Amino acid sequence: MVFGLTLKRFVLQQRNFRHYSTSVCQDGVLSAFRSICGDDGVLLCDAVREQHGRDESVHRCFPPDVVLFPRCVEEVSALAKLCHRHRFPIIPFGTGTGLEGGVSAVKGGACLSLRNMDQVLDLHQEDFDVTVEPGVTRKTLNVFLRETGLWFPVDPGADASLCGMAATSASGTNAVRYGTMRENVLNLEVVLSDGTVVHTAGRGRRARKTAAGYNLTNLFVGSEGTLGVITKTTLRLYGIPEAVVSAVCSFPSVQDAVDSTVQILQAGVPIARIEFLDDVMIDACNRFSRLSYPVTPTLFLEFHGSQHSLEEQVNTTEEIAQSNHGSDFLWAQDTESRERLWKARHDAWYAALSLRPGCKAYATDVCVPLSRLPQIIKETKEDLIESRLTGPIAGHVGDGNFHCLLVVDPDDPEELHRLHLFTDRLARRALAMDGTCTGEHGVGLGKRALLCEEVGPAAVQLMQRVKDMLDPLHLMNPGKILQPRQTDDVTVMMS
Amino acid sequence: MSGRVLVGVKRVIDYAVKIRVKPDNSGVVTDGVKHSMNPFCEIAVEEAVKLKEKKLIKEVVAVSCGPQQAQETIRTALAMGADRGIHVEVSGKDYETLGPLHVSKILAALAKKEEAQLVILGKQAIDDDCNQTGQMTAALLDWPQGTFASEVSLEGDKIKVVREIDGGLETIKINTPAVLTADLRLNTPRYATLPNIMKAKKKKIANVKPADLGVELTSRLEVLRVDEPPQRLAGIKVETVGDLVSKLKETGKI
Repeated sequence: MVFGLTLKRFVLQQRNFRHYSTSVCQDGVLSAFRSICGDDGVLLCDAVREQHGRDESVHRCFPPDVVLFPRCVEEVSALAKLCHRHRFPIIPFGTGTGLEGGVSAVKGGACLSLRNMDQVLDLHQEDFDVTVEPGVTRKTLNVFLRETGLWFPVDPGADASLCGMAATSASGTNAVRYGTMRENVLNLEVVLSDGTVVHTAGRGRRARKTAAGYNLTNLFVGSEGTLGVITKTTLRLYGIPEAVVSAVCSFPSVQDAVDSTVQILQAGVPIARIEFLDDVMIDACNRFSRLSYPVTPTLFLEFHGSQHSLEEQVNTTEEIAQSNHGSDFLWAQDTESRERLWKARHDAWYAALSLRPGCKAYATDVCVPLSRLPQIIKETKEDLIESRLTGPIAGHVGDGNFHCLLVVDPDDPEELHRLHLFTDRLARRALAMDGTCTGEHGVGLGKRALLCEEVGPAAVQLMQRVKDMLDPLHLMNPGKILQPRQTDDVTVMMS
Repeated sequence: MSGRVLVGVKRVIDYAVKIRVKPDNSGVVTDGVKHSMNPFCEIAVEEAVKLKEKKLIKEVVAVSCGPQQAQETIRTALAMGADRGIHVEVSGKDYETLGPLHVSKILAALAKKEEAQLVILGKQAIDDDCNQTGQMTAALLDWPQGTFASEVSLEGDKIKVVREIDGGLETIKINTPAVLTADLRLNTPRYATLPNIMKAKKKKIANVKPADLGVELTSRLEVLRVDEPPQRLAGIKVETVGDLVSKLKETGKI
């Protein structure tokens, strides 16, 4: 595999058609980079390159040839023009907190770290919108907004760059009520592969709705850096909830828990978070956080609203849960008690890892229509047992999305093989149920084949045409989302 | 007892902002820089509002000393649940030289005027890090003080305060009226919600001048110079222990 890649690179250098330049030093490119970002903005040392060639996934590090730190959109544009001229791949980098290998520089090239562009621009309190640069993370924005009564609720767990979240169409535990990035990005400033700067909805525009022209904004949301570099995003803000109540309820079976979820949504309860933890996950959490929740499928719930509406929401939900054999609610209102109640859910990742110290975790990300959730979870748990894999389950059941946190020994190729087969089966199971192979993490490196199965050849071809049109030289984050084609790779030469 | 609590809130440069020193080294750049309520003052307001919600006290009055913009900080306190505000107008040169002793005199005068049962302040401000105002105010009033409070409970006409000290935690019981200063772990301040921000616009803020309280603002301190901390230079790698020792000797470290 590694040999193949090295040979490919060597052969690629000989071709004229869409060849990638792998030598940073050629044509004085380095000094050109320095004249744009300054000497401090061009780093070549191993440590920085490795840091920028990996994210929080299990994909191995593919370091870029150079890491650049532009300070403004003009510099990003100049760098893109330069890379375009020298056929140099470009990989945008936000916080490196992705889960699908999105920042791996599989063909080398220049990583554009956008962390120095870290301003919150243009807050409009009465209009509930704000524009931010890529260096602003979601926690930073919410701290900035704390005295305004507003917040940005999309919460993928990590303290990710907001522009990065736009690039991966991120979601989170709050999506059931507040939506994902797709619903909350009003406008983007994007630098295309040739350096052109585009405002997808028009410069400065922030109308809450529009019917003007093609929806370019949502073309780039979720494009994972393959169509352009996002340098600004205009976000929809919400009022901070007046009051918050959290609750926990146990169920004798997965079916009961999911039935409750469906009924809660059908009853019109505007629930803010509804998270499912299976018995294996609860057991791991009990051990890790020294708690004593009953070891059975459990729902963690959070309600937002005025004091009045909360009472109503909680009462309705409690009735529904009890009619589905749910236990008594454990609930809490003040911040400290709520955090204690939800601790199990917050520590799920670490609790899963602690089941097998020394191992790594891989999270699956399938999403199916709600009604199919009990079946897919049941079949998945059976598959886990048959495949002898450790995979506690945690999920955003309100969206039909769940994560199997597979804890595997990275040095055991046989186990990794079983893992690979299992995740493929799981993705195909979800696709067979009208679902998607990735609810929130994105396609990145690992799900390119599944994407083809999911959307079908016609849609893939359409995506391919869009990509070819926006990035004809295929420099923008190579190897992600779409599978490489024969004209990119030297598979022809190799066979 | 009046059941009234006075809370001091200071407007400071927001803690997330990168501080820059003015080119003439006379101070830090404040123009156009984001300001917000001092984080320890937020904790103080939260504690006062919690006491009111538990019906242990009746009224929370937020006080701030400064120019016009100090009113924004008072509004934030009102949005968090304070009942009314007092803006002590200090601006221009007076504001530049305003220090803990002046503020303590002002707070002491107000505490008497408002017949406060309790004065709650943040333990220190994040711009000057003085950690003096609470202690001085208590001394001027000749009231007991519970500083670095990480836990406060009212027990009749006494207050039990758990204080964070170097060796751990110290629990004291003091009489009221008293001055408390809030430490980090006292509570988690609430965020102001939109409906509360709207309500806060209707709450009253009274304007007062230091002279009305009999306080003189001449300063006995003069800031000579403000410098940034020295730039951290890159380290150097050495090959052997011998090299390390000679480098340390060279640079005068040993």
